[in-house]
Amino acid sequence: MWKWLHPYANPEVSYHFTGKLIPWFSAISVILLVFGLGLALAFSPADYQQGESVRIFYLHVPAAMLSMGIYLGMAIAALTALVWQMKLAEASIAALAPIGATFTAIALLTGAAWGKPMWGTWWIWDARLTSELILLFLYLGVIALQNAFEDKSLAGKAASVLAIVGVVNLPIIHYSVEWWNTLHQGATVSKFEKPSMSTDMFIPFIVCFFGFSFLVARIFGERFRAEIIARNSMRPWVKTLVLEQEKTNGV
Amino acid sequence: MAFDSLREFFNMGGYAFYVWLSYGFSALVLIILAINSNGMEKQIFQQIKQRLKREEKLKQAALRRKEGK
Repeated sequence: MWKWLHPYANPEVSYHFTGKLIPWFSAISVILLVFGLGLALAFSPADYQQGESVRIFYLHVPAAMLSMGIYLGMAIAALTALVWQMKLAEASIAALAPIGATFTAIALLTGAAWGKPMWGTWWIWDARLTSELILLFLYLGVIALQNAFEDKSLAGKAASVLAIVGVVNLPIIHYSVEWWNTLHQGATVSKFEKPSMSTDMFIPFIVCFFGFSFLVARIFGERFRAEIIARNSMRPWVKTLVLEQEKTNGV
Repeated sequence: MAFDSLREFFNMGGYAFYVWLSYGFSALVLIILAINSNGMEKQIFQQIKQRLKREEKLKQAALRRKEGK
């Protein structure tokens, strides 16, 4: 049943397969982001309470959702790396952590820039904001561990353990607005009922969300390929690739 | 269109600083991440190339030493 997956556990096959997908991810993300951010900035309506500041929402919420989604993906890769000793899973942890950290930083900064005019403060040590800040530190911890060891497989193991332990933070972030009293509002999109917003705001949001998701896929693809090469630099197929590339570039 | 003029668009109903700070910061960090990710593979290729050259030199030197004896 899982036989079709096996070839993709081969680093060389994965490297070339990812390379084929990257231009598609790029094109889709550019189209969706131009369309989505255009709608978000110029065509979506102003909020009846928050005015034009609501346009920060189209960055803040996709970035926050992706910061958690990427972490979940990284933790699943970490589990795969530890249990099945899959080297490609270690490469994907290393590729995902900087992307997740970037989106967490975006979620935090856009949140602060939205909080100042709406709540009257850039920052408050409440549950949602603090747990999202901890998520940033978890990402930075994974990146630091990844670079702390000369031996890549030891580094991958250490980073995997931290990534898995950190998963406990995800439900805390998600439910923080229900469990504790907080300035942060409850969920508008990621809940089981219908999203509580009008269609002309939901459409730009969802287009932006998928646009950013494809951007993540594209950046992940590039970093994943680089990590595969770095981890397989002694293999003959990498040597051939390097020599071929030298020939086409004409040194 | 939610705005009547370009000036109103840039003014963002008085929230210009916060809205453009958010969009500006997000664009900046994403561009840095994209450029960094784009250059990563080339950089690693370069390192491997240097290593291969070094190995080739060592091999040649070893061969010469053998012939010299």
